[in-house]
Amino acid sequence: MEPTREQALGIYRMMHLIRRFEERVAECFAGGEIPGFIHLSVGQEAVPAAVCALLREDDLVAATHRGHGQCLAKGADPRRMMAELFGRATGYCRGRGGSMHLCHLPRGILGTNGVVGANLPIAVGTALAAQIRGSGQVTVGFFGDGAANTGAAHEALNLASVWDLPLVFVCENNLYAEFTPQAVHTKATAIAERAAAYKMAGVTVDGNDAVAVFAAAADALDRARHGAGPTLVEALTYRYRGHHEGDPMAYRTKEEVESWRQRDPIPRFQGWLLGKGFLSEADDQRLVAEVKSEVDAATEFARQSPWPAPEATLEDVYA
Amino acid sequence: MPEVRYVRAIAEALAEEMARDERVILLGEDVGAPGGTFGATRGLYQQFGKDRVRDTPISETAIVGAAIGAALNGLRPVVEVMFMDFIAICWDQVVNQMAKMRYMFGGQVRLPLVLRTHVGAGLNAGPQHSGSLEAWAVHVPGLKVVMPSTPGDVKGLLKAAIREDNPVIVVENKTLYAMKGEVPAGEHLVPIGRAEVKREGRDVTVVALSRMVHEALKAAEVLAAEGVSVEVLDPRTLSPLDRETLLASVGKTGRLVVVHEAWAPCGVGAEIVAVVAEDGFHSLKAPIRRVTPPFTPVPFSPPMEKFWLPDAHRIVAAVREVMA
Repeated sequence: MEPTREQALGIYRMMHLIRRFEERVAECFAGGEIPGFIHLSVGQEAVPAAVCALLREDDLVAATHRGHGQCLAKGADPRRMMAELFGRATGYCRGRGGSMHLCHLPRGILGTNGVVGANLPIAVGTALAAQIRGSGQVTVGFFGDGAANTGAAHEALNLASVWDLPLVFVCENNLYAEFTPQAVHTKATAIAERAAAYKMAGVTVDGNDAVAVFAAAADALDRARHGAGPTLVEALTYRYRGHHEGDPMAYRTKEEVESWRQRDPIPRFQGWLLGKGFLSEADDQRLVAEVKSEVDAATEFARQSPWPAPEATLEDVYA
Repeated sequence: MPEVRYVRAIAEALAEEMARDERVILLGEDVGAPGGTFGATRGLYQQFGKDRVRDTPISETAIVGAAIGAALNGLRPVVEVMFMDFIAICWDQVVNQMAKMRYMFGGQVRLPLVLRTHVGAGLNAGPQHSGSLEAWAVHVPGLKVVMPSTPGDVKGLLKAAIREDNPVIVVENKTLYAMKGEVPAGEHLVPIGRAEVKREGRDVTVVALSRMVHEALKAAEVLAAEGVSVEVLDPRTLSPLDRETLLASVGKTGRLVVVHEAWAPCGVGAEIVAVVAEDGFHSLKAPIRRVTPPFTPVPFSPPMEKFWLPDAHRIVAAVREVMA
């Protein structure tokens, strides 16, 4: 299935928004405005943008530690996200969570997660509840090639399959688990091949091709919505930045990074849109400018927002 | 009042709450058609069906995570971890996910979730099936922890836990499953966070957990014959701890002995002792004593396990020491 013009423009805009948002996060982190640890997904935008373009508002997304894009694509407000990253009271979690614990349940965002692989069992649970309640919701569980080697991932894949849950596992395979290349941490590097071991559908797509990701996600969601159980979608992609901001990236060459930049998902999708006549040069410039001002506004919102009262530390406590 | 076995009281609590609220579901290894390894869910699969009473793979991480997700999406799951020793397998889901979720997400989510598990030595189950690890859970903010010692308490606390909007760890005791005791007929709820004085006394407070409550009551009988009046206090809820009842009891007796099956270092007894040392120090007439097992895994062979387990004799000896 190909995206309609409206869907395609939405995906394209979202890819720009994620890119611009995360580049801004990198700047603000380097400038000392964002505390803590930051994991960026610059280069991987096509995956969450295309997958989430197919989701309903009440569908659910279990995000990863590299999950800003997954949250934005599921409908998070960049202002409240940025405020959370800044540690401000207006953030989604009132400054309690930060980058690795972003949650906005009204939009089905179950949280980014600081523990690799741990979000997948939770995704099994929301899908189970959807199945029991007959709510028609689908859950998408994002994970990476690193998480693929956790016991939690294995247990979740098996359990989702044995219960035929409305769940789509989306592996953003960016070829590195933290600083370790995939060939060092995994013998069977094609993550989607594992689907066969769980008797579920599995597919590998070019994760830098938004159209291919969209088509694979559409098939997977169709199965999930019609009681045909989970799917494992593996999207091959790449992060240009380090595991975390400040990572010197000694584990890979500049040439490798550059070769992936030649396959950057944004210009590729732009070319597709122009070819289809879905986008004019003028529309493109306007869209990019709009996204920039949206990220500017989010940054300003975060900067102007108050810090949480220290005493707010003691709220939401029951034991 | 009807006499019911501890394990039956659990099944009754689950059945009543499942009948009352269709959002309550059960997840666990062999909790469905087999009715649970100890029979705690017997009959529920037949009564409520396979959708709501789910046999799971041996995947503690996935099933506890699934319970968390189900709670996030409109259900009120009760998940069983077959032995508390096995909670180590899924500790990330318990500590990093379940316990922190409401807090770290800024209060926007509630997790109405019960995790049932059991502890207890005395069945020759060996080092990996006998541990009392309740202190692990008590150490973590964001988990309510209850540890019922009687059929009445397990029923009332489990029902209260299922109605609670935050995660509750219900620590049962496998060696109590066969025990009979009074359970009030009809709706019976025991509030979370309330200790109970199981026997009133004047001279010494013995705080006991789980099966040790019954050993303490036996010890109190022996000591009564010697003219020592023992108050036996069962905290029932370990987190949040009922400090008031504890301090009131020690304030009255002036002496404290704490007994549990968990190891002494950083055990719940250490916390109880700390509460009294900080806020009840001036009422103490004697040093505090703890009665706990040796700091070793639970041995398998019967004579060693018997040697390992605290019992009424050791409680009597500790009370005599603080009375001396």
